[in-house]
This record gives sequence, C-alpha cells and structure tokens, in this order.
Amino acid sequence: MSLLTLDRLTVLRGAGPVVDAVSLSVGPGECVGLIGPNGAGKTTLLRAALGLEPARGHASLAALPPEARARAAAFLPQARQIAWPVTVEALVALGRLPHQTARPTPADRAAVEAALARMELAPFRHRIATRLSGGEQARVLIARALAQQTPLLIADEPIAGLDPAHQIASMEVFATLAREGRSVIVALHDLGLAARFCTRLLLMQAGRLVADGPPARVLTDAHLARVFGIRVFRGTDPAGPVVQPVERLRPEPTVEPAP
Amino acid sequence: MSVWRVASSALAALCLGGAALADPPARVVSINLCTDQLAMLLAAPGQLVSVSHLARDERSSAMAAEAAAWPANGGRAEDVYLLAPDLVLAGSFTTPATVAMLRRLGIRVELFAPATRLADVGAQLRQMGAVLGREAEAEALAARFEAALMALGGDGGAPPRAALYAANGWSSGRHSLPGEVLAAAGFANVAAGLGLETGGFLALEALVLAAPELIVTGRPWPGASRAEALPRHPALARSTAQGVALTDSDWVCGLPHVLRAVEAMLEARHRLAPP
Amino acid sequence: MSRLLLPLLGALVAALMLASVLVGPAPVGPGESLVALVTGDAGPLGIVMREIRLPRAILGALVGAALGLSGAAMQGYLRNPLAEPGLIGVSGSAALGAVIALQTGLAAAFAPALPLAALAGAVAAVLLILVLAGPRGGSLTLILAGIAVSALAGAATALVLNLSPNPFAAAEIVFWTMGSLADRSWTDVALAAPFIAAGAAVLLTLGRGLDALTLGEDAAAALGIGLTGLRLRLVAGVAAAVGAATAVAGAVGFVGLVVPHILRPLVGAQPARLLPASALGGAALVLAADIAVRLILPDRDLKLGVLMALVGAPLFLHLIHRTRRDLEGTLR
Repeated sequence: MSLLTLDRLTVLRGAGPVVDAVSLSVGPGECVGLIGPNGAGKTTLLRAALGLEPARGHASLAALPPEARARAAAFLPQARQIAWPVTVEALVALGRLPHQTARPTPADRAAVEAALARMELAPFRHRIATRLSGGEQARVLIARALAQQTPLLIADEPIAGLDPAHQIASMEVFATLAREGRSVIVALHDLGLAARFCTRLLLMQAGRLVADGPPARVLTDAHLARVFGIRVFRGTDPAGPVVQPVERLRPEPTVEPAP
Repeated sequence: MSVWRVASSALAALCLGGAALADPPARVVSINLCTDQLAMLLAAPGQLVSVSHLARDERSSAMAAEAAAWPANGGRAEDVYLLAPDLVLAGSFTTPATVAMLRRLGIRVELFAPATRLADVGAQLRQMGAVLGREAEAEALAARFEAALMALGGDGGAPPRAALYAANGWSSGRHSLPGEVLAAAGFANVAAGLGLETGGFLALEALVLAAPELIVTGRPWPGASRAEALPRHPALARSTAQGVALTDSDWVCGLPHVLRAVEAMLEARHRLAPP
Repeated sequence: MSRLLLPLLGALVAALMLASVLVGPAPVGPGESLVALVTGDAGPLGIVMREIRLPRAILGALVGAALGLSGAAMQGYLRNPLAEPGLIGVSGSAALGAVIALQTGLAAAFAPALPLAALAGAVAAVLLILVLAGPRGGSLTLILAGIAVSALAGAATALVLNLSPNPFAAAEIVFWTMGSLADRSWTDVALAAPFIAAGAAVLLTLGRGLDALTLGEDAAAALGIGLTGLRLRLVAGVAAAVGAATAVAGAVGFVGLVVPHILRPLVGAQPARLLPASALGGAALVLAADIAVRLILPDRDLKLGVLMALVGAPLFLHLIHRTRRDLEGTLR
C-alpha cells in the first residue's frame, strides 16, 4: 500500500523545469531523506507532491480532496511561520484541524499530549510560542505535524537551526515513526544524519531524481563528487555510520589559452 | 409709519456719504438676489443694467419670470466692471473681497442688510428708492404694502402652534422674516418656547416633543443631501403634526411678495381649524 | 475566564443599548423615557423613543459589530494587526459607492441600491488591497496601499459631492469621512441590517481557516483549508458588512483596529475565537462612543469618527512603533 506515488511529476517555471519527470513510490515504514544541493528542486518537489504547486504528471496526494489529503499526509513547510502569540498547546492543537468537527474530543487531546511528550515540550505547553527561541519553535512546529497523526509526514528542512542534541532527537523521532509503521519524507542538508537515520535516500540534482535507494547505495563517492562537489570522510560508530563532508573538490581546470 | 420715512431717509443720506448726488445713477448693476428684486420693482426704464443669475432661479426668486428681461451677471468683480456701472447693489453678506475690489476700482457700492422683520420691507423699499432716485415710486409701493398687511391681520382665537424646520435642523425664531410671517398669520412659533429667538439648531427630539400642529419646511433641491433628509425624518411623519407646508421663493427676501407667504399661512391655519 | 468572555461582552452590549436609548437632547428623565418605550406610548415621547432613539441604538450595535468583525477577519487573513477596514480604505470606498448612488438618484429610485453600491465600492477596495498587499506582502506595503486607496476614495467622494446640484451636498463630506449615527431611522436599519447580517454570517465561518493560517499559507492548505474559498468568503463578507454599515452611518474608522487589539490577549490570540468577540466588542465600542458624543457636546453634532480617531489614532501609532522593526525589514 503506497502512501505517496509520483509518476513523471514535472514543474515548469520560466525557461526550464524545476522538477523534471520525477517518479517514485513511498510505502509504510520508510524514513526517506530528500537530499541535494541548493536549488535542486527539493522544496518544489514536496510542494508539488502535495498539490500546492501546479504540476504535470501524477501525484497521488494532490489528486485527493483537501480534507482527505490532510488526513493522509502532514506537511511541515520550510518557512516557519507563527503569526499570532498563541500558546504552545494551542499551536500543537492546530494539527487536529483536519479531524475536528466542533469541540475537541478526548482523541484530539490525547494526540496533542502524545505529540508534546514525544518532542519533550511538556514544560513549555503554556508558554507563548512566538516568544520561544528559533530552535524551540521548530520543535513546536514538528509537534504540530505529529499531532495530525497521519500515515505520512512530509517535512521540509525541519531540523535546520536546532542544536545538535535536538537535531539528533528529532531524527530519532522520525526514525521511530518509521519503525511504528508510519512514513516520513524529510528534506535535509546534513548528510551525516541522513546516513544514520534514513532507511532510504532520494538524491536530486537540477530537478532530476539522480539516485533512489538505501544510504549506502546513494552516498557513493561518485555521486557526492558529481552532485555536491565534495569529498567525505566515512567512519563507523556504535550509534551508526558516520559520513562527514571534509573538502570541496576543485572543478576540472579549463583549457589554458595559448601564450 | 412716518418714523420709518425719517429713518430710511437718514439711512439713505448716510449711504450717500454726506455729499448729495444731483443725478440719479444711470447704469445700475445688482449682484444680490434681494437687491435684484427690489431694483426690478423700482428702477426707471433703462436704469437697471444687469441682475445676478440667482434672480432667474425659480426656487429662490419671487420674480424669476421678470428677471429674464435683464442680462444675468455672475456676481464677480470682473463681470460687473466690464458692464461699466456707476452704482452696484449688493447685500451686506456679499463676499467682502468682491465689494472691496469694486470699490478699489472706483465704483460706488450700496449694501442692503437682509430683511429680518416685516417692517423691513417698507424700509428697504424706501432705501432702494432713495439710492436709485425713485423716491416717489418707492413711497407708493411701500404704502400699498403696509396697507395690505394691516388688512390681512390675524383673527382672534388661540393661536395654533407651528414650527419652522429647514435643512440641517435650522428653526427660525420670532425675530426673523419667516418667524414674522408665521406670526402675521396668527401662529405661535414653538422655537420661541425653546429659547431660539432669531433662530438656531433644533434637535429632532425637541421638535417632536414640542408637538407643533404644523411644521413648515423648505422645498427640496435636486440631488440628495442628508441636510434635507432631516426635516423629512419618519419620526415627523408619525408625529402629531397635521400638516407640513412648504415654503418657496416668497419667503426668502423682504419684498411685497411676502404677503403671498402670509396668505398661504393663513390658508394653512384655516385648514387646521376644526370644522 | 475565557468561557465567560462572550456572555460578558453580550451583557455589556445589552447594557450599552439600554443606556443609548436613555440618552438624548430631550429634557426627559430616564425612567419616563423607558416607560414610554415599553408601554408603546402614542404621544410625542413614545415617538421620540421608538422612531429616533431605538433605531439609533440598534444601528449603533449593528455598525459596531460589522466593523469589529471585519477588522478581526482581515487581520486574521492578512496576518497583520494593522489591517482594518477604515485604515485600508474599504470604508472610504464604500462611502464613495454610497455617495454615487445618492447623487445619481439611484438610491431614490431603488432603495437597496444604496447598500449595494456601497458594497460594490467595498469589494473593489478589498480586492485592490489583496492584490497590492496580499498575504505575502508586509506591513509597509499594506499601509501604503491603504493610504493610496483611502486618498483616492476620499478625493472622489469630495468631487462627487461638489458636483451635486444640491447646495448642502458639499458640506456632507464631513459626515461621509467621519461617520455619524445622528437621526437615523428605521429606514436605515431596514436597509443595512440584512446585508450586515449576511456579511457577518459569512465572516463567522472563517474561523477554522484563519486558525490554520497562523502556520502560514502552505501549512494551512496542507491542513485541508481551501484558500481560494477562504479569500472569496472574506471579500464577500467584509464587503457586505462594511458596505452596508458605511452606507447608513458614513465611514467610521478605527473600530476594527482597536477592538481586536484589545480582545486578542483575552482569547489567547486565536483568530477563530477573536471573531465573535470582536463583533460584540465592536458593538460595545460604537455604542459607547455614540453615547459619549451625545453627552460631551449635546448641542452640536459631534461626529462619531472624531471620538474614534481620538482613541484609535494613538493606538495606531503605538502599533506602528511596535512593528517598526518589521517595517524597516521590508524596506531593505
């Protein structure tokens, strides 16, 4: 049973395609990392998959009516906006909107509690969300997406700006969700965390899906050199594989003009 | 009546600045609605050269039809100067800048105050006569008016209560021309009881509570305005006032035509009286 | 406390309506006035109460509710505490529509033409604002767009009034730009009430969508909120409510700014809960101001907008000062 199917999804903007005929399928129990250089089209791919961008080709989520789609997938956008000074609890409770009718039910309250607990936000529940630090706000927004209790969670750079402990903690949450049978698609820049926590990686370059598979098969030296232009250090640790970018590779020298 | 003759002659002498003019003015231009009509009544043939365009407006001029015989001026110093008058008739509220400009250009300007009492009709006729050099005709007209006014006289009986209510809630009191018209027809003006002697703003609530038997308003202008909507408020329609008579051009200036206004009010009063 | 807010506001509105009905230039005591109203006295006092004071009180509540609710809805949608119908030119454009309907004689020929023309003016302004300073625009763009639309509408209104054949019309510009509830009648209530009710009903359905917009447009869309439908309902609701209110009472400014600002802390800043609270708060504010103008200068017609500006403009300046950093950010 696929949670998300993309069939030759293409997004055109101006001259060339920003997303170029991407096809993939995500099933339950996967923690999928979406990686690629800046401008590769990661954000556009996620938005098009959700139907927030006009696109050609087929995206299973975009084809659903908005209410059903909101119950099938939760989306965490890259821009972290909190418009009004609401409490953390109220903000997380917004994740229950697709399920809510009139008054909050016990199921709603339970979902909010579980989300707060998972993101270690219980002491913050009555604080005003806009007065928290950037990193704390990021955790609150992740909790909102968790409270939505959807089979699929799509997050666009959710851990940028968090301290190392909370980066690891958040990725652990995503990995746990995958083990529990839900799926997560996370766009991120940290290759080390991607290697350790993701069960599958999608590598994008210039709108195309260049590689799709387990981290070992995607994070090859050849791919890293060609797509990112970097060389990495590999290591092992009891916690998991270590991948650390160490050096930028110089571009191929051009032909020198004759003296 | 003779007191008025003396007073108006003295007024005329003052206006002439002490130096008696041998000849009456040959080219007279009027730039005020009321002086237009006074001049039209009294001027010698060919003496009056132009009247203001307001004199042709039926809404405010009692002599609109007659005014067509004279060319209309816009009331500005430039229009007037080009007509080469030796006398300009204006109101005391005419734009001071225009009056000052005309005097600076060397033209004699005579100012007439707005009429506030019925007695002013005779006085202003005589004043106009003195200014135009037509004293005899002025005296005759004034005398005729005063006799007719005396003849009208109100009948006995308790005066019914009436109110004047114009745009923006303006109510004229006893010491105003409309107020005196009302009094001459035998009405009691509710504005007096509410402390408005010459006139002033009367709140709608106060008017309704005063419960007059007749409310007199003005005829509405074309276009729309909230100012004129006030005398037509539904509360007045539902109040106990039996009639709402409409004023017209006879009420505006202190002219013999004011008699027509008094007659109209007398008629309204007889309609109110119980059968 | 939060659950008591709406009932408390409702009680406040009821009390102010009672006070409004008892205040007036007539030299009659409150007890006597109340008796005349309740017993349906056919004499002059009963007429004063039923035909002059009661419609004024009801209209005050309706106009206040319309403006408060519209302010809260626009602020929720634009996610900007400076958005309110008066400041961004919606009231001014509605006044222009109303003046055109009156001066061309349309309103005299077909009574609902007046609120409909005001509604059309309001729609034009809301659409223009959304285009110029939509959800991605910042505070600076919003204020500038509002200034432009207000200035244009005000100038056009003055022009139409000056071109009128009626000599009193030119002086009316004060009423249209400052608003007044003086001497309104049941005719005005009958004209405005259906449109205000319809607009309010539409605006009250926006709560869920506005709550979701707290997280931004993308997140709200992903939560299942139809953004296009939300925008359409906002435009229609604000146009109907503000249009009808302005058509009968002139452009009363600052209500939609002051009321949501005061009530926001009391509802935990949640846009959905702010909507009904702002409606009641707006009604209370306009009723209180209308009572004040009758008490402060009973002999003159002190315009409602004067009092609103005295209260609202300092608050506006304070809000600008507070969001100064955001404003400077958008400049760069």
